[in-house]
Amino acid sequence: MVLIQVFLVFAIIAALVAVEAPSALSSIISLGAVGFGLSIAFLWLGAPDIAITQVVVEIVTLVILIRATIARGVTEIRGNESKTLLIGSLILFGLGSAFFANYLSDFPEFGKSAMETFSNPASQFYLKFGLDKAGGPNIVNDILLDFRAFDTLGEATVLFAAILGAITLLNRKVFVDSGEEKQ
Amino acid sequence: MLTYLLAFILFAVGLYSVINKRNLIKIIMGVIIMEHAVNAFLILVGYRMSGEAPIVEEGVSISEFLSTAVDPLPQALVITSIVISLGVVALMVGLAIRLYQHYGTFDITEIRKLRG
Repeated sequence: MVLIQVFLVFAIIAALVAVEAPSALSSIISLGAVGFGLSIAFLWLGAPDIAITQVVVEIVTLVILIRATIARGVTEIRGNESKTLLIGSLILFGLGSAFFANYLSDFPEFGKSAMETFSNPASQFYLKFGLDKAGGPNIVNDILLDFRAFDTLGEATVLFAAILGAITLLNRKVFVDSGEEKQ
Repeated sequence: MLTYLLAFILFAVGLYSVINKRNLIKIIMGVIIMEHAVNAFLILVGYRMSGEAPIVEEGVSISEFLSTAVDPLPQALVITSIVISLGVVALMVGLAIRLYQHYGTFDITEIRKLRG
């Protein structure tokens, strides 16, 4: 439990460095440290599938961000901030903290999972019958590919739409034809 | 409770970056940090003290498995969310690159000035 908190604190520090560092490379690598720290925390939280997925996604995100900045000769990304926005974000942070403190007592205690707090949860059904009904020993995969396969189909659709949008945006020809490109 | 608070602080760092920074890449980073924080929070809610991964092993009885395995449902949904966040990040970076080619800067205030 202390180990999990240590990795979460590590992720917070890495996130602060990523947000504040002026150099593009150190900023992007710190963002990678957030993801990798959390992925180790996921391992300790009993979620190996998520740890693996997180590592793969983190590497691809790193490559995409470096492609957007350093490969284009942008080595400094200073986020000059304004005073008024700082005050606004402080007010927002205060409101968020008040909200969090207000509903803190309604959270299930840490270490007591949501499926123990509520009566007749869906998770118990999956754990009990996952091996017999879906045939796989890994219950997370049973849920993804059998019990909630339509959810995964929707995920694939969203992913396809997002990648299609990115390809269309990065396709130079489309913008040249419509006269948008000014180079 | 402290563990939930740490996930909340991570979310707040991302929100600060999105609201306060003027650089498009920093804003995208803030969105990524917020996604990480929400995923971590959902996994924390599903955790059970000294719990094991929800994988059935040979020779373990079903009642023993039910009393040790962590909640598998948040994990399944978070995997979906992680993969979708990758697609969304690719879309955001595509938009940022297109804006950079058009205006020659990542600064959002400069981009607003140069409109027209």
